[in-house]
Amino acid sequence: MTSEGAVMPGDEDPLGGRRRTEPPAAHRSRPADQSVVELSHISKAFGGVQVLDGVSFHLSPGEVVGLVGDNGAGKSTLIKILTGVHRPDTGTIRFRGDEVRDLTVKRARKLGVETVYQERALAEQLSMWRNIFMGRPISGPLGFLRVRRMRQITAGLMGESMGFTSAVLTPDTEVTGLSGGERQGLAIVRALHFEADIIILDEPTMGLSLEETDKLLRFVGGIREAGRSAVFIDHNIFHVYSVADRIVVLDRGRVAGEFPTSRYTLDEVTGIMREVAATGTFTEPERSGDRRRADVRATGGSP
Amino acid sequence: MTATADRDVSPVAALRQRWTTRTFLTSYASQIGITAAFIVLWLAFVTLEPDTFLSSNIYMSYGQTVAYSGLVALPLTMLITAGDIDLSFPSVMALGMVGFIEVEEATGYVEPAIIAALVIGALAGLTNGVFVALIGIPALVVTIGTQFLFRGLTLVLTDGSASPLNEVVDTPAWDVLTGRLFGRIPMQFVWFVVVAVGFWFLMFRHRLGQNAHVIGDNRQAAELMGIPVRRTRITLFVLTGMAAAFAGVLLSLQVANFYPSMGAGYLLPTLAAVFVGGTSVFGGRGTIWGTFLGAFMIGGTEAGIVAVGLTDYYTNLIYGGIILVAVTIHTVLQRRFKR
Repeated sequence: MTSEGAVMPGDEDPLGGRRRTEPPAAHRSRPADQSVVELSHISKAFGGVQVLDGVSFHLSPGEVVGLVGDNGAGKSTLIKILTGVHRPDTGTIRFRGDEVRDLTVKRARKLGVETVYQERALAEQLSMWRNIFMGRPISGPLGFLRVRRMRQITAGLMGESMGFTSAVLTPDTEVTGLSGGERQGLAIVRALHFEADIIILDEPTMGLSLEETDKLLRFVGGIREAGRSAVFIDHNIFHVYSVADRIVVLDRGRVAGEFPTSRYTLDEVTGIMREVAATGTFTEPERSGDRRRADVRATGGSP
Repeated sequence: MTATADRDVSPVAALRQRWTTRTFLTSYASQIGITAAFIVLWLAFVTLEPDTFLSSNIYMSYGQTVAYSGLVALPLTMLITAGDIDLSFPSVMALGMVGFIEVEEATGYVEPAIIAALVIGALAGLTNGVFVALIGIPALVVTIGTQFLFRGLTLVLTDGSASPLNEVVDTPAWDVLTGRLFGRIPMQFVWFVVVAVGFWFLMFRHRLGQNAHVIGDNRQAAELMGIPVRRTRITLFVLTGMAAAFAGVLLSLQVANFYPSMGAGYLLPTLAAVFVGGTSVFGGRGTIWGTFLGAFMIGGTEAGIVAVGLTDYYTNLIYGGIILVAVTIHTVLQRRFKR
């Protein structure tokens, strides 16, 4: 028991020693600026309704992209194509430069796409460590669990990646004892721990309190720090703006525009979105001075 | 936020120190409750009838009689934790013995006969599992059906007649299964303890138990996270079938007789032992320790009632009381310690 307090080789790594030493982006031998995933000219119709019309979308390593747009803009269809739920009618999907035809859910998971299903994928009555290792427990040759190791990794993940410092939370705490934001955090950290490269967050702030939302946004920041990529879908542009590197606005099945948050202020993006929703197009905002993103972030409720 | 303030403490060390009384109570509230209830019940019997309950004879007797339903209650605990149920095990106790008798008569040996019984138990469990997990019929419905099917098969194959098993008495296998350890402790009890320890490890320290817990708690999550749901559920039915057949062998060897209605009457006490122990009928939460104690609380009460001088008519009344008190304790404690 005395050795338990000692730091395990992987523990300095908040992701439990399974994080790659190089950014996952690099993906062995490929140039670092290569997209993790690239969807080109994707079209999809359901029963005569053109839901997506020539949409191109890419995701760079370590990039958090916010996907916004009105209901019916095609956000969820685009995500379902990326996760292999739907096949596009036309267009190509490339993962790390390699074209993938007939993408299935299973194939997408193998390629590192992990959807954070909120509470739907947690077992409430089970402890945090059993949830982290759900479906992928560390076990010996006869299938017996290495419980101490899993508890230890969970403790490390809780402290480093989740920032759970509440005195009543331990790796043995049941999920029933967690708040909504903490549950989201658990699901995100689980995805990160198992080397997902592309984490999809579909309306993750829904039903969360302000404080819980803050926590969640911090977890999303952790995805970037870990060198992984994320697609963040949310109705609330304030949430998206505060964590996303780039915001993609979809409108009626087309990409209306892409806005790096380093070059557009929150007000500009909000204005553009309003204009797009009304007219389908937008005018590039006039640049009167050198406005910096940091000024805006103060009002944007960033962590 | 306070998050950064605490960063100078190693999170691993900090979390380790937090294994406090509260954590212990939260995790084991229900099990502490059932242990207390067990002790109270025992003290009641000791107070009412000290002569009987302070001598070892009654415990030796319990060790024998409780084991049959206790052995089945163990895999049943895991099956119920995974969100399924098996009502066919009383029939499997008898069906396994049909194989036992055939092989014993053909070979003259007990050991292959035991294996035959276990194989039949496994096949019966596999049948349940296939209907439930592959075809997708609820376990309650399937096992009501197979309970008739297996009993009917037993009656047809044996023409409804009993078979004496005098020739197996005092064979080495008989000694190992139903003899006495050190001339005192019934081997049935030893088997019960060994199998209980085995199932504790399977349930809490093995992939099978981990997957069973997740499936019972949230089957959709289990599927999303790539747990082999169907295979796990079938495995649990197979284990329950094997345990039932094994219990049937022990019971037959003990009384040196096989009768086709064997196992009838075990259904409700065995299920009661599981629920008295604290396993959740909704799945996702189960306890081997609770089932172990529950088996003794259910199995020991009848003899206790007679010993303290009440008529047998009181048995069901007191059973009912014990079951309701126990499940109330579990419900209240689990709610109380949920944050």
